[in-house]
Amino acid sequence: MQQRKVTWLAATALGLALTGMAMADPAEDTLSVETDDGTIDFVTQTAAPEFLKGHLDTIYSGWLFREDETRALQKDDFDNPAMVFYDRGVDRWNATIGKNGESCAGCHQGPESMAGLRAVMPRVDEKSGKLMIMEDYINNCVTERMGLEKWGTTSNEMKDMLSVISMQSRGEIVNVKIDGAAAPFWEKGKEIYYTRYGQLEMSCANCHEDHYGQMIRADHLSQGQINGFPTYRLKDAGMVSAQQRFVGCVRDTRAETFKAGSDEFKALELYVASRGNGLSVEGVSVRH
Amino acid sequence: MTRHLVQATLLALAAATPAFSDTAPKDVVFEEGAVAQSLTGKPGNPEEGVKVMTTNALGNCVACHVVGALPDVQFPGNIAPPLDGVADRYSEAQLRGIVANAKMTFDGSFMPAFYKTDGFIRPGDGYTGKAAGGELPPILNATQIEDVVAYLVTLKE
Repeated sequence: MQQRKVTWLAATALGLALTGMAMADPAEDTLSVETDDGTIDFVTQTAAPEFLKGHLDTIYSGWLFREDETRALQKDDFDNPAMVFYDRGVDRWNATIGKNGESCAGCHQGPESMAGLRAVMPRVDEKSGKLMIMEDYINNCVTERMGLEKWGTTSNEMKDMLSVISMQSRGEIVNVKIDGAAAPFWEKGKEIYYTRYGQLEMSCANCHEDHYGQMIRADHLSQGQINGFPTYRLKDAGMVSAQQRFVGCVRDTRAETFKAGSDEFKALELYVASRGNGLSVEGVSVRH
Repeated sequence: MTRHLVQATLLALAAATPAFSDTAPKDVVFEEGAVAQSLTGKPGNPEEGVKVMTTNALGNCVACHVVGALPDVQFPGNIAPPLDGVADRYSEAQLRGIVANAKMTFDGSFMPAFYKTDGFIRPGDGYTGKAAGGELPPILNATQIEDVVAYLVTLKE
């Protein structure tokens, strides 16, 4: 009898635990968007890359951790508030903003010439051996080809342009290189990912690997994937880049953050992007 | 005159700094994670403890823990164990130790140390993202820790 009671209690506890898990699960939903060029079906969950064995089995887009209304905004380009910033970016792409009247279009033709780039960024530049995030490539053009002052890493013009370039790879599978010349940067990013910063002593992994799906107060923790970035963040009523979000997350651990565009956060972006190898680039996404 | 100055200085110090009788964070003695002595030498106030636990800028325990006895708390988190019955599972000394620095009881615990002032990596100045100006004050002071402990010991099932 005693034995039976214990078993029953254990079963109840397990049941409660499973209920908790069910509540914590990412949403059961699929993401498809109708465009002028046909329907794009997005991979929002898939098997984790090999190097995450023992850490994660399945990787999920942050889209699956958002509420119904937020997810719906991303299913229709007319509802997607990020499209305004994409449009603004396309205007800037075509504008003759350089010191001698240069424009992005003057060298690169239409933005579609950038197809595929977002899916493999960050990457190591073959010529310089430097780790490049998209912002670095954009600023190279802005300063060297256009003769302008460089754009702020998290400035509006920068995020508009990130949106334009990201949209050219919409639906493509993230495939960031982690070996060869990228390996030392990737290792550095991994170390940062697992370091517990600040007075709260929290690492990226504490929330986004160990407790994704669960709630910190009203926040539903995602896996911290960046395949959707840049994203329209409802909380900020504007576009947010991965670099900007890293600053916010580390600040929230009561730590001295690294700067957006710093070597540390560039390495972290490479590592975090690689954790999403296999998910779709979402172009410009919507989160809260 | 001088005496008045000294008294005024002492009064100002008393207002700005923890009471002299408080155990400083660095002087807390952990025995297998537990802290036997009250950090203030006095019993805490459980009602104040609830305030500390449910206020974002203070302990914000409910960010991660559900407390069934506090049904009015909106959106309690669920990443950490519920606290109902916690006083059946742990002694007062163990609870004090866990609140002060849970990592002394649970190795590698996610739970922040609420009464610790050093040993941090890139400590910041609150939530500004800037570097801390000097040694950080603990997240909670000794009185607040004791108030939380005083509430936790009431959570029996």
